[in-house]
Amino acid sequence: MLRLVSGRVSGLLARRVTPAVCTSSARPASHGHDVSPAVDMSRPMYWDRRDVPLPDRPFRDELSAGDKSLKEKEKGSWKQLSNEEKIALYRLSFNQTYAEMKRPSAEWKTVLGGVFIFLGFTGLVVWWQRVYVYPPAPRTFDPEWQQKQVQRMLDMRVNPVEGFSAKWDYEKKQWK
Amino acid sequence: DSGTGLHHCGEMFRAVFRLSATGARTPVATRCYSHGKVESDEEFDARWVTYFSKPDIDAWELKKGMNTLIGYDLVPEAKILDSALRACRRLNDMASAIRILEAIKDKAGPHKDIYPYLIQELKPTLTELGISTPEELGMDRL
Repeated sequence: MLRLVSGRVSGLLARRVTPAVCTSSARPASHGHDVSPAVDMSRPMYWDRRDVPLPDRPFRDELSAGDKSLKEKEKGSWKQLSNEEKIALYRLSFNQTYAEMKRPSAEWKTVLGGVFIFLGFTGLVVWWQRVYVYPPAPRTFDPEWQQKQVQRMLDMRVNPVEGFSAKWDYEKKQWK
Repeated sequence: DSGTGLHHCGEMFRAVFRLSATGARTPVATRCYSHGKVESDEEFDARWVTYFSKPDIDAWELKKGMNTLIGYDLVPEAKILDSALRACRRLNDMASAIRILEAIKDKAGPHKDIYPYLIQELKPTLTELGISTPEELGMDRL
């Protein structure tokens, strides 16, 4: 048992010794196969934001030959560009259009569903408590006891002006 | 230029769209700052038109100008946008021109009549430069 534990501890220590401090841009191909490629934070970044229409850099940096010739054509009159070419130029510089940025998501369904699930679960817990945890009700809750209690309250004239006994008709011996 | 930032907070359409039904605009004189000269709408517009009209404007200046302008609590006047679109032309940047049109439509928010008005005002420039609106390219839909 002791040997197992020490084996585990040494394993942990051994793992810690391996250099885990790779700089993002210099990560060799042999490391981090399961990790997504690190973003180079030292360069200007691209983002789609409604309040920043023109980000710091174009979306696509590396252009194919076709893209480059399109960029050359862009230097001439824009009336020569077809709609598809204009869209292609847009997509080179930008990732999502405003319509795509602003598209609604279905997240609200997940949120509402989660809320109801937890409420339901809570309800089940409360029900279980009611059945298995609560002690039996006191005898003062029995219907017979309650009847005698009401009669006693009426005899005592509890709140006779505006409240309890005021609603009882003492002549006819019934509620008003 | 934090003074002008404060200047614009709390009031939409300061520089545009007198047709709107949002009621009386507060006269500039009743703004409550402690000091500083108040810039009129015309001065604001003129300043921005001049900014984008710089003949050798560079890409960074265009981006900075547009991002700052969109950060203000207003929809820019047609003449400012005209100047910005011409700056895009000088920079051979069609994509940014379309992006600017998308941005001002978004800026108008729930006031759906501002964007068509601006497009109508900018139509001569758009046809002259050959800029298509996002609607013409089908980019306003998903």
